[in-house]
Amino acid sequence: MKKLRTFSIALIVAGAAALALPAHAQKLRIATEGAYAPFNFVDASGKLQGFDVDIANALCEKMKVECEIVAQDWDGIIPGLQARRYDAIVASMSITAERERVVAFTKPYYSNVLAFIGAKDKPWATDASGQKKTLGAQRATIAGQYLEDKLGKTVNVKLYDTQDNAYLDLVAGRLDGMVSDKFPAYDWLQTEAGRNFEFKGADIDIDDKIAIAVRRQDKELRERLNAAIDAIVADGTYQAINARYFPFPIY
Amino acid sequence: MSGAIVALSGWLETLAGDAEPWASYARYLPRIVDGLWLTLELIVVSGLIGLALAVPIALARVARAPALWMPAYGYIFFFRGTPLLVQIFLVYYGLSQFETLRAAGWLWDEVLSKPYWCAIIAFSLNTAAYTAELLRGAMLAVPRGEIEAAQSLGLTRADQLRRVILPRAFGIILPAYGNEVILMLKGSALASTITLLDLMGATRSVIARTYMSMEFFLLAGVLYLLIAALFIGLFRILERILNAHRHAPRRAAAPRP
Repeated sequence: MKKLRTFSIALIVAGAAALALPAHAQKLRIATEGAYAPFNFVDASGKLQGFDVDIANALCEKMKVECEIVAQDWDGIIPGLQARRYDAIVASMSITAERERVVAFTKPYYSNVLAFIGAKDKPWATDASGQKKTLGAQRATIAGQYLEDKLGKTVNVKLYDTQDNAYLDLVAGRLDGMVSDKFPAYDWLQTEAGRNFEFKGADIDIDDKIAIAVRRQDKELRERLNAAIDAIVADGTYQAINARYFPFPIY
Repeated sequence: MSGAIVALSGWLETLAGDAEPWASYARYLPRIVDGLWLTLELIVVSGLIGLALAVPIALARVARAPALWMPAYGYIFFFRGTPLLVQIFLVYYGLSQFETLRAAGWLWDEVLSKPYWCAIIAFSLNTAAYTAELLRGAMLAVPRGEIEAAQSLGLTRADQLRRVILPRAFGIILPAYGNEVILMLKGSALASTITLLDLMGATRSVIARTYMSMEFFLLAGVLYLLIAALFIGLFRILERILNAHRHAPRRAAAPRP
């Protein structure tokens, strides 16, 4: 009887230790989308790559935690965070008031501007026929909301599950143009598929700051990520990653 | 119509005040209603086209000549054996890869460049395969005696089909066909993947703004249930009319004098 009790106490202590331990030694799970080159994408060998992934890894190194980066569809990326399937989202997510009601953001790790893309051989100004242009963007993004809110009355709006599907329709001619985040579009314009397209008109500065999203109650994690962002900017790691993807600074 | 919906939406919004999710339900009512209509339209249009296609395919399938039954068999095998999502993507993103098709004029400009028609094409082809297979089974299940009776009356093969076999077969497949329409209703949610704002697409675009995934998916689920209930009721009425012989009124026999 006594033996049994000693055994069960030992079991409880061991269990409590196991529960208490993860607080620091635990793996940090980070979600990204994997369909937003060059910020996050899946390479030929099936691995997640890109600016966001490099930044996430650099931050983990600074925080001295082991990280696991998982791919998650954009539509479900915030619900997945709330469901604790991962602890942070490093997926080029813009800070918006709507998102801030459900998640907390770290300080920005880059700034985004929007741009129009259209075919090189077609004039961009409204055509004489008065026919409505059809513009596309990715659903549940700043570009998609800009398109719906600011241009929804004057153009036909089409929203896509992924940026790649919108590019496919642009090449197929179903779209007259797109509204997109400028940096990933810059990357696409360098590819074979994008060579007949170019930026049209002026950039749209929408004061769009990109940050890491965490659950609102995870204040400690947010502070640690903020400190790590400062650290990689200060020691030049950030600038080295930036140079790998763009010839101009995006911080 | 839509003006009335917008007015109703505004009125409901003032009624709901700040109470979520009712305020958001009211605000996005017009979008959801538009989506509901599109979903209904997709099912009815592709259901009718699919049914019309199913008859010749089923006839080819039961024919003895290999040149007839083999293509029909291959068609049914392909469309029953691949996911509907794959079929939609093949029509929408797949066909658009061919330069020659994009230069085909009317076919591209008016049909294949439109997500609506791509969805209709994919859904029609898909449901035609399932319905043809149902019809084939039903044609083989028509009682021999009825066909022999038709033969002994001197009906030609075509008349036998038109007056005996097909009408009987439609009666036989009716309950199973009702099932197929319900399956198609649920499959139609995939139209949202090719930018259509059907009920699912509208719901997702609303969630993209409100982040109220639980609330709006629940609403969409309830609305899909309502459409399903509508179709179930409709098929029950059809069953009463077309298969009246199976539903003899259950009245106590009047006592003989």
